Amino acid sequence: MSLPTAVRRRVFLGVAVAALIAAGCKPSGGGAGTGTDIPVGEFASLTGSEAAFGRASHNGTVLAIEQLNAAGGVLGKQFKLITEDNQSKDGESATAVKKLISRDKVVAILGEVASGRSLEAAPICQQYKVPQISPSSTNPKVTEMGDYVFRVCFVDPFQGTVMAKFAAKTLRAKKVAVLTDVGAPYSVGLGTFFKERFVADGGTVVAEQKFTKDDKDFKAQLTAIKSQAPDAIFVPAYYGQVTLIVMQARELGITVPLFGGDGWEAPELLQGPGAAAALEGCYFSTHFSPDQDSPRAKEFVKAYEAKFGAKPDAMAALGYDSALLLSDAIKRAGSAEPEKLRPVLAATKDFDGVTGKMTLNDKRNAEKSAVIIGIKGGKFVYTETVNP
Amino acid sequence: MSEFIQQIINGLSVGAMYALIAIGYTLVYGVLRFINFAHSDVFMVGSFVGFYSGKALGGTSWAGGLGVMAASMVGCALLGILIERLAYKPLRSRSKLTVLITAIGVSMLLQNVGQLVFGANPQPFPDTLPATTFQVGGVVVSSKDLVVLGFTLCLLGALEYIVLKTKVGTAMRAVAFNPQAASLMGINIDWIISFTFGLGSALAAAGGFLWAYKFPKIEPFMGVAPGLTAFVAAVLGGIGNITGAALGGLLLGVIETLVKGSRWSTWTEAIAFVLLILILLFKPAGLLGRVQAEKV
Repeated sequence: MSLPTAVRRRVFLGVAVAALIAAGCKPSGGGAGTGTDIPVGEFASLTGSEAAFGRASHNGTVLAIEQLNAAGGVLGKQFKLITEDNQSKDGESATAVKKLISRDKVVAILGEVASGRSLEAAPICQQYKVPQISPSSTNPKVTEMGDYVFRVCFVDPFQGTVMAKFAAKTLRAKKVAVLTDVGAPYSVGLGTFFKERFVADGGTVVAEQKFTKDDKDFKAQLTAIKSQAPDAIFVPAYYGQVTLIVMQARELGITVPLFGGDGWEAPELLQGPGAAAALEGCYFSTHFSPDQDSPRAKEFVKAYEAKFGAKPDAMAALGYDSALLLSDAIKRAGSAEPEKLRPVLAATKDFDGVTGKMTLNDKRNAEKSAVIIGIKGGKFVYTETVNP
Repeated sequence: MSEFIQQIINGLSVGAMYALIAIGYTLVYGVLRFINFAHSDVFMVGSFVGFYSGKALGGTSWAGGLGVMAASMVGCALLGILIERLAYKPLRSRSKLTVLITAIGVSMLLQNVGQLVFGANPQPFPDTLPATTFQVGGVVVSSKDLVVLGFTLCLLGALEYIVLKTKVGTAMRAVAFNPQAASLMGINIDWIISFTFGLGSALAAAGGFLWAYKFPKIEPFMGVAPGLTAFVAAVLGGIGNITGAALGGLLLGVIETLVKGSRWSTWTEAIAFVLLILILLFKPAGLLGRVQAEKV
């Protein structure tokens, strides 16, 4: 292709300027941990359908990094947090993580909340041998992607067991319907684990209905569920759709409790006209409650409230713990080299986070307790703690 | 049996909204012979205009709700006219493909500007119209379903009246039939095309308002999925035909709901599209054909 000379000159100039800018922007430290600060990458859903999760988790991480830096950092260096937003979209996380690793030379990746998006990043972290610590992805597959992938939360088989026992004992349900989002690995996984446990304990799953990410109308599935007259409905989905599902269930005259997993926990769950009333008497399991009675948690809640003017939820607490665990590992390894961090992270034992004491098992998953929260009077109310 | 009737009611109520959007596609296609892909985003803007005016107004009442819906219809009619004037009119003599691609561009522009202006996070839509549920036999009917169906039928009736009984409607049909000849007869084509865009966009806004009333979580990308289904509905019914678009919308709504309520729920879209292909194989012009006198 031939271009007019003037255009060609402009293109050449453009390229030259771009090259200069790129050269000027190179990180002065150049590489992991050799500079004055330790670059830490984070990818999160700061906007879009699961933004409440992303923002809470991000706030927790920011608070942890600030506190660590104020206390003098680690190995005499300060942390530098570099955050990328994936807009809650599929496919964006892989690009964001590649950028963080190859351009920003981060020593570790923190993220994500949604299992589907953590699964996108995991193969890349594994390939470049950079540890990934997911704060709150609970699908077991996430850490199965490779030995560089860790998490500071429990996994869905445990969460499914907790909710199956809760349904049988506290809700006294014998017949349960399950409604899952087939587009989210989190939802499919949690639905399956719940069902296996609930059936093994002698319960019956009378209806299994499915929907996809973009759905807004759930009346078809709920009508089919209603005809089976279940004692309770398990909805392992994310908060955005849960509100619509519960409201439409009430519109159809379904009065039994609906319950789910940690995907429910966001203040947005109760927002909108009639949402809080519809959700009254529903329950979900999660990792942390600000009403928990532990000094470590109380200290965190105070600091978080002072900085963000709101009570932290589980995502915020786990975001906080993911950064603390990384700092702890760097201290134990005596180095911020990604490859030296891996064995140290894998050997984490009795690490004291705000969400409780955790030990990473041979599958790099945290073994810790779960919390059940009920919705009463339009508020999240701490109900009980379940130990593994 | 009551479950089946319940599903039909659920389906009709979603289908009514598909019908409202589908009519917008069909109106513009009838006059200009191109698919206005920005239509589904005008639908989104409609629900956001409703969101802001509903919040400003506050409270829940029939008069207030109707006022909010009227506000979003007027706002979107103006937006539709503006889009036509700025983006499509300069390209009217170009090939249809150019206009089609421009329409996709306008659609993306609206989505992304929407993200900047309205924010990317889903927002709870205020309760503007009262809502109750009542039971008839074993079937639960929400007043929302009745309102959506009722409004759709009223708007359809009004549209049929405008197109068939008024001077503007006659002019629209004349422009659709032969723009040159219509212009020679003293019809101001620019004005008629603007009017068509305004009318179609007002219907999209009504659809957007009703959608948000029924599913009270709105965000800038909310138009994409229903817009696609409504486009299929318009083609299914015979694009360019108003009654066909309405029929296509209702039909798709009911089929979608019946499939979703069955054990093949994950196949919903696949079944809708297979149906579309089958109908187009046997009736290439759609259910109600295209060669009709009252074509618009």
